[in-house]
Amino acid sequence: MRAAAALATERVAPPGGAARNRVSTLRSQAPLMLRLTHPKGPEPWTAHDPSAARVCLTAGAAGPIGGDQLTLTVDVGAGSTLVLREVSASLLLPGPHGEQSALSTSVRVGAGATLVWLPEPVIAARGCDHRTDVSVELGPGARLVLREELLLGRHAEQPGAVTQQLHVRVEGRPLLNQHLAVGPGATGWDSAAVTGGRRALGSLVVVDPGWADRPPQPVLLGDTAAVLPLAGPAALVSAVAADALALRGCLDAGLALLTTPAEDRRPPDAS
Amino acid sequence: MAAGGVHDVASLEDFLRGRAATSGTVAAAFAAAACASLTRGDLAALGALDAELDARTPSPALRATSRKLGRQLLRGMRVIRSHPCWDQLGAGPHHPVVLGAACAVSGLPPRAAALAAVHDAVAGPATAAVRLLGLDPFATHAALARLGPLLDEVAADADRHAAADPADLPASSTPLLDLAAQQHATWEVRLFAS
Repeated sequence: MRAAAALATERVAPPGGAARNRVSTLRSQAPLMLRLTHPKGPEPWTAHDPSAARVCLTAGAAGPIGGDQLTLTVDVGAGSTLVLREVSASLLLPGPHGEQSALSTSVRVGAGATLVWLPEPVIAARGCDHRTDVSVELGPGARLVLREELLLGRHAEQPGAVTQQLHVRVEGRPLLNQHLAVGPGATGWDSAAVTGGRRALGSLVVVDPGWADRPPQPVLLGDTAAVLPLAGPAALVSAVAADALALRGCLDAGLALLTTPAEDRRPPDAS
Repeated sequence: MAAGGVHDVASLEDFLRGRAATSGTVAAAFAAAACASLTRGDLAALGALDAELDARTPSPALRATSRKLGRQLLRGMRVIRSHPCWDQLGAGPHHPVVLGAACAVSGLPPRAAALAAVHDAVAGPATAAVRLLGLDPFATHAALARLGPLLDEVAADADRHAAADPADLPASSTPLLDLAAQQHATWEVRLFAS
């Protein structure tokens, strides 16, 4: 299956009215379905911007399945705030003819804009062959929270092949470039240098221009999780854990250290 | 090692394979690229390579170590052979960039720079394992010798991409190495810097 979805937000100030965030493009194509949503859970940074745009990505079909070529484009316009989440975890499955599946996401966060992107875990089922490319370009003064979680196989299952490329640039300069390869064909992926046989790994990137003068400090969050300040106004929470729950615990702890207290803005009836 | 990931020669060899295929591959690619840039007289590319290495090293402890080793090698090279590139490299450049430049200044090709870098990535931990875990030095060297074909392959790959845009060079991540380095940096008694 080939699909391309696009999402864009902008900051608008109607004459005489208060400035607010608006979703200007919301183009879905199965299986990449984009939906405007209410707050889904605690989220950082939006306490002072009640009009933050909130969108959830939901799967309109199983997969990604081998052979799928999916593209998502996200453009957070200057000064606007977008919270992008997912409805559920995604399960990477092998295709009928052994082809690779690919999800390529390119994100632009404009000047002074904020993107909080909290997807759900990606689960690599046995035999899958998948490639994820995420490329983020941040403008001057832009803020970013980006989470990635990868589970190596379902219960007691060996994972298929997964590669993940994450590339973050701030005003054209490289901030973070990481390429992870796991599963059959990736040399040494389960060695003590990469996963050490653990089944869940993930990261959370936080970019905050407010750190230009006072960068965050490194913090250990247990034996295999830490807040790692990057060479720029940013930090990476990196964690390797036994399971999804422990992994999320580490990333949430890092997020709480790095952002203003998260606020749960869910309406009372949506609990 | 303290965490129990490496406890015998077999698990050490596994670890070294993982390291060669990840951080060793990145170091080899950047050493080869630095060597190729300098050989064609492009001194400005060294700065871009240094910034791209920062983006590939999320652990502040590993960034500091790489810059410290780079500074030490730079100091040695200034004495051995004068060249305008030493001033271009700044006060504390990343080790693979200086290593590549040192090879170029010494008349070596990018492939040699890559091989030196990836060899460095596995030989250091192997010697450390012999000292810390009391592994048999001969068995450990036999494991290193078995890695030979992999190291050659990594160096050949690095050589092929030595002229690529620095942004497109390998960027293999090593979550457990990053985290172990950060843990080790907090120990009161530190044994090694890298």
